[in-house]
Amino acid sequence: MADLTTHFAGIKSPNPFWLASAPPTDKAYNVERALKAGWGGVVWKTLGEEGPPVVNVNGPRYGAIWGADRRLLGLNNIELITDRALQQNLREIKEIKMKWPDRAVVVSIMVPCEEESWKAILPLVEETGADGIELNFGCPHGMSERGMGSAVGQVPEYVEMVVRWCKQYTRMPVITKLTPNITDVRKPARAAKAGGTDAVSLINTINSITAVNLDTFSPEPSIDGKGTHGGYCGPAVKPIALSMVSEIARDPETYGLPISGIGGISTWRDAAEFMALGSGTVQVCTAAMTYGFKIVEEMITGLSNWMDEKGYASVDEFVGRAVRNVTDWQYLNLNYVTKARIDQDLCIKCGRCHIACEDTSHQAITKDKDGKRHFEVMDDECVGCNLCVNVCPVDDCITMVEVAPGLVDQRTGQVVPGEYANWTTHPNNPMAKVAEPAE
Amino acid sequence: MAGSALKEGIAPGRLEPGDYAANFADLHPPLDRHEAHVEADRCYFCYDAPCMNACPTSIDIAMFIRQIATDNPMGAAETIFSQNILGGMCARVCPTEQLCEEACVREEAEGKPVKIGQLQRYATDIAMQESRQFFTRAAPTGKRIAVVGAGPAGLACAHRLAVKGHDVTVLDARPKAGGLNEYGIASYKTVDGFAQAEVEYVTAIGGITIELGQRLGANVSLDDLKSRYDAVFLGIGLGGVNALKAEGEDADGVRDAVDFIAELRQAEDLSTLAVGRRVVVIGGGMTAIDAAVQAKLLGAEEVTICYRRGKQEMNASGFEQDLAASKGVTIRHWLAPKRVLTRDGKVAGIELEYTQLVDGRLVGLGHTMTIACDQVFKAIGQSFEPRWAEGLALVGGRIDTDAEGRTSRQGIWAGGDCVVGGDDLTVTAVAQGRDAAESIHTSLMGGTHG
Repeated sequence: MADLTTHFAGIKSPNPFWLASAPPTDKAYNVERALKAGWGGVVWKTLGEEGPPVVNVNGPRYGAIWGADRRLLGLNNIELITDRALQQNLREIKEIKMKWPDRAVVVSIMVPCEEESWKAILPLVEETGADGIELNFGCPHGMSERGMGSAVGQVPEYVEMVVRWCKQYTRMPVITKLTPNITDVRKPARAAKAGGTDAVSLINTINSITAVNLDTFSPEPSIDGKGTHGGYCGPAVKPIALSMVSEIARDPETYGLPISGIGGISTWRDAAEFMALGSGTVQVCTAAMTYGFKIVEEMITGLSNWMDEKGYASVDEFVGRAVRNVTDWQYLNLNYVTKARIDQDLCIKCGRCHIACEDTSHQAITKDKDGKRHFEVMDDECVGCNLCVNVCPVDDCITMVEVAPGLVDQRTGQVVPGEYANWTTHPNNPMAKVAEPAE
Repeated sequence: MAGSALKEGIAPGRLEPGDYAANFADLHPPLDRHEAHVEADRCYFCYDAPCMNACPTSIDIAMFIRQIATDNPMGAAETIFSQNILGGMCARVCPTEQLCEEACVREEAEGKPVKIGQLQRYATDIAMQESRQFFTRAAPTGKRIAVVGAGPAGLACAHRLAVKGHDVTVLDARPKAGGLNEYGIASYKTVDGFAQAEVEYVTAIGGITIELGQRLGANVSLDDLKSRYDAVFLGIGLGGVNALKAEGEDADGVRDAVDFIAELRQAEDLSTLAVGRRVVVIGGGMTAIDAAVQAKLLGAEEVTICYRRGKQEMNASGFEQDLAASKGVTIRHWLAPKRVLTRDGKVAGIELEYTQLVDGRLVGLGHTMTIACDQVFKAIGQSFEPRWAEGLALVGGRIDTDAEGRTSRQGIWAGGDCVVGGDDLTVTAVAQGRDAAESIHTSLMGGTHG
């Protein structure tokens, strides 16, 4: 079995699967159950400063969207940071860390954007023996209205300033958690690095309203007929998170900065994808809140089996392996030509490829042949867009096949060139970097 | 065990009183909202959906399923009823595994088609339970049309004519409207008086008057109707029952399966209904299955269906055959009735001859076997009573019509089981009644559509 041990920004854990700072990590009872189930680490639900704790709404905190059979696809929440007393949390963190020395115990913190507040709380957290801290610059609801959470994360200068305070007042590794509710996630990541952060984690939740009740016209989740935007997470946000992780992983200014990937991770495969895009660890919440802590067994065995199959002895061997393949559109090879192929033996003749192509794309798929239902790609119309592959309900029925260099692309009538060529040198590009002919 | 459970002969009360309700409960309990949504989510919303093309009434199945999936069951019901006003009954009795569900691409993909019939029932039940009407009558045309037969063909025809603004009188020989829906279908397929509820739902549009006890050829004549109405539609079904052509057919204990089914459907108290201890049903169609299964459910100890051809030739669908088997009915093939054995004038058994196909022709092999029984049901098909169709051209013993349902006599249309080329399905009767109504409308209104 592959070695899943991770060393992340100076924090060791037996596997890369951490529970994200969220309701599942709010108290020792839940954390104990999680660690027993096999989670490699936890990020304790965000602590606030000393004093009367925050209060939560007493109505619904969560909203959701579902797929077929009420399969949860996306969850949103308007819960705030921990509503338990600081001292109680600190006491429990200390107990847990003593009892589970091999697991990562990271403490999420959110206090006002003032040096004194951070200076006050950091020693208290350090005293628990926790392995590190995560700065919650991400929560988009409630706390942001009070100048915390995403209100900080959206201003790179504040991010840098707070990170700097933390590095000044604690020896613990600092993980800066980033909000996706921002135009360019690289900016706060660069600021965190400038402030000296040891790592970033992302994404926090996305501003969202999950639904509108069409009887009451209240947004969901509804509190006495009113709603507010909450933080969106779960499988639906994974593509957004993967993209943001990749942006930081490949940004020359933050290249090599440890990343803890978060956002809709539900299976070992999701986790491996985040790791391939540069995440040293991953954090999970919605999947655990949907199915319970036991899912980590599937994640551990799935990742391990895949690593064995691929011959990776440790996670370091594949973390970041996909980063080099993320590029800008302008560098994509325009001489790479594909055509869709429909496997007639697998085709069940639903015709969705045809109607998708006919109504909304390139009129490149037949609907009949000799008077019978028959769906076949017309190479002289197919642009290789992949829409038919995506709408086909049958696994592997439609595939994209490369037109090898030297063959004629039936659509353009041109021979497919063997060499790579992209937009930067394309004749249609007014900015093309080809030498103008001499006058 | 009830006292008369094993009583020889034909006797009522073979079950404990409480067992009847369970035995005759809904064959397919309705889907609840969640089940309907899960099932609807399985539909791929195919292009030019094969299920729709397989439906004799061309219901836009993919659309109504999508409407169910999006929590719009009323929209789904309207989609169904706009093509098939008897969509509620068809959802219950259609052999979907030979029609829409056979064509479903999931049948090809995984052998598990979307449960189209059950979804159709889900949507139509909701609309009918709320008495939601989707059609309003066009301005009165002043035209009056007689529809003979208040079965599926007649009701579908009457409804579409009413929608067009015509006034319709529906005549039926029986004490209740509904035709085979009321009298000819196993009770576990249409429980809780659904056939009558559907008649009420269909006629609620207005402009339809039903006159019962009016039998064509007895107290009503075709010529009379033709003279009193602007048009006539015949949806009179099949009145005759084919004979066994076996010796002893008149013995006490030999009975038409259709009568047994009708009696059972009309019974107030099933425990008063007599059934044999050992029952043999002769035939291979839906009626044979319905009679055999219900005999078993009434407490018959042994029920055997004997069919003179093989499994492949049975008109009853695979689903129906499996249903019968699951209820404990034995189905035997390649046996033709030869002689009903009697004791004291009552059925004591039946002698059957082994058969086989020789050069495509069914032949008796000469040797026989005997099954002891005290009741024999005849379910070897029904035939049209030509005396009802005065002056109409027949083909193969049924009324000849063109594609629009026009008979050989001007002003008379026909549809359903009584016409040539039907497949004896409720849904086909509905399609023919509906289409004849369109033809009648076009004819009466001088070719103007609307």
